Amino acid sequence: MTTEKDNIVLHVADVHKTFGGLHALSDIDLQIEEGKTHAIIGPNGAGKSTLLNVVVGRLAPTRGAVVFDGQVLTGKQPHEINQVGVARVFQTPEIFPDLTVIQNVMAPAFARRDGSFTLNFFKSIDDETEIREEAEHMLEDVGMTASKDMLAGSLSRGDKRRMELAMCLIQHPRLLLLDEPTAGMSRHDTNTTIDLLKKIKERGMTKVIIEHDMHVVFSLADKISVLAGGRIIAEGTPEEVRNNPKVQEAYLGGAH
Amino acid sequence: MNALFSMSRKDVITFVLFAAVVLLMPIWLQPFGAAYPDLMQKFAIFGILAIGFNVLFGLTGYLSFGHAAFLGVGSYTAVWTFKLFSMNPIPALILAVVISGIFALAIGFVSLRRSGIYFSILTLAFAQMSYNLAYSVLTPITNGETGLQLTLDDPRIVDSAFGGVNDGSLPVSNLFGLVDMSGISGFYFCAVFLIIGFFITQRIFASPFGMMLRAIKSNQTRMNYTGFNTRPYTLTAFVISGMFAGLAGGLMAVTDPLAGAERMQWTASGEIVLMTILGGVGTLIGPVVGAWLIKYFENIFSSFNESVLHNLFSFLPDNVESFVVSVTSMFVGEGWHLTLGLIFVLVVTFLPGGMMEGFRRIGSLFNRDGGDKAKPDEPAPAPAPAE
Repeated sequence: MTTEKDNIVLHVADVHKTFGGLHALSDIDLQIEEGKTHAIIGPNGAGKSTLLNVVVGRLAPTRGAVVFDGQVLTGKQPHEINQVGVARVFQTPEIFPDLTVIQNVMAPAFARRDGSFTLNFFKSIDDETEIREEAEHMLEDVGMTASKDMLAGSLSRGDKRRMELAMCLIQHPRLLLLDEPTAGMSRHDTNTTIDLLKKIKERGMTKVIIEHDMHVVFSLADKISVLAGGRIIAEGTPEEVRNNPKVQEAYLGGAH
Repeated sequence: MNALFSMSRKDVITFVLFAAVVLLMPIWLQPFGAAYPDLMQKFAIFGILAIGFNVLFGLTGYLSFGHAAFLGVGSYTAVWTFKLFSMNPIPALILAVVISGIFALAIGFVSLRRSGIYFSILTLAFAQMSYNLAYSVLTPITNGETGLQLTLDDPRIVDSAFGGVNDGSLPVSNLFGLVDMSGISGFYFCAVFLIIGFFITQRIFASPFGMMLRAIKSNQTRMNYTGFNTRPYTLTAFVISGMFAGLAGGLMAVTDPLAGAERMQWTASGEIVLMTILGGVGTLIGPVVGAWLIKYFENIFSSFNESVLHNLFSFLPDNVESFVVSVTSMFVGEGWHLTLGLIFVLVVTFLPGGMMEGFRRIGSLFNRDGGDKAKPDEPAPAPAPAE
């Protein structure tokens, strides 16, 4: 595969994934440009989440490779992939329910500062003022300052998502993968999340976003790839995709 | 060490109270009839075992069913140090901790490839293997079912180099020939280690490392996707708790210089689990309380026999008395485990958080707003988020 542009940060190269006889992904070739927001849309079962799982190392592709910033991610452990600068928000929030909100946000900051393992048990967590302040700042950004001492497990689903987003953002990842970041949120919360994601875009963070909500997709994405039946059937700017008859048939149907 | 000064106020108070409670045992245990050295030594030793186990089980969420193996390794190492080098407890304990730490590293390295029930079964299997090795195969090292003991013709090269006298009786472990490690001085020796051990776990609980262990217990998947390699964390927790168990085993040998394979049996491992759950998993003090309760009741109930019961119920009419005695005798003496089982069932059913939850409930009954403040681990519900 030849790379046409040199500002490609993530290259999913010719990836196939089969589960038994099922072709979940075939011939996926995806190039994500630095600093852009790339949306992946498609009907249920199109293989969107499988694709993200291949990128973060949860699933190994049957064939093909994932290259991030010149490094092959395929075969790496999830924590190694995170340490090179890829963070992920899950479809069902993956958080630490038994820790407080602020601790949830502090933990990823430690991972960024100290690497994947450090033996620091002679320092008190109360002395880590820098990380605490950073976490408090982050919670302010997502509008969760009031609940910082609550147990994360007791948050509403929408708040869990926002907190998980804060957990990813505090690491300043080069690539942020979002799996339906606004699912289950009220219209109001969805709009705040969109604003927040727009703000990150100004900071130049690259994002790949899987989303069902077309309102979210069209207000954020620079580029859209449409996945159906495990294949990319269309790719382009929101305008191009919206007007593509193939896409309208496969996905948007008569709804739009 | 400036680490001491960075302790939070609450931690300092807890530590000072804990140290006072331990050191004053000979006084406050008197009304309970438990202020004799043998039992208090057990309180200190099993307290160490329980707090170390809690670092693994309570903090990290890995339930080891084989911790008695490290206890046994610690005891054997200490007795061998006595036999070969010196009756001084310090080298014996250092070696006991180091060797059991190495042992824990090996067992943990394999067992931690799995989690949940598979991890528990792996540790149980390793512990039973260790037990069987100690009981039969390794008889030259462990002296098999007789147990490893001191003998008059042990070399004790360091002691004899310093002109230790062989007066024809077995030596007692002593600190540089000054203090014997039996009786009340033995208790204080163990108590100092319990307090040091408590301090170390307190540090771990309050450190970023401790927070990572809690996070692993809470959601290991998120830990991985957050960039943490969880294996070295769990392995460190495993080794730390193995070293605590080794220290406890070493202290058992210091206060009573013999080591037997039964110390490594699975029932001993199970007892550690019971202590932790009974007291309160994941709390700092709970496991120690659990260890004390179990050792106390073991002592009380197992010393009862039928004649004691007959005296106790002598006020009843004869046939009622003999019925009551025959029923209650099932729960005492050899049968005290039945009592333990009942206590355990009651606590787990009604106080899933162990004795510590019971104390917290009682505390909050008396003092509603103060009770919330005292437990930052359980934050009071904050007002709803601003938006």
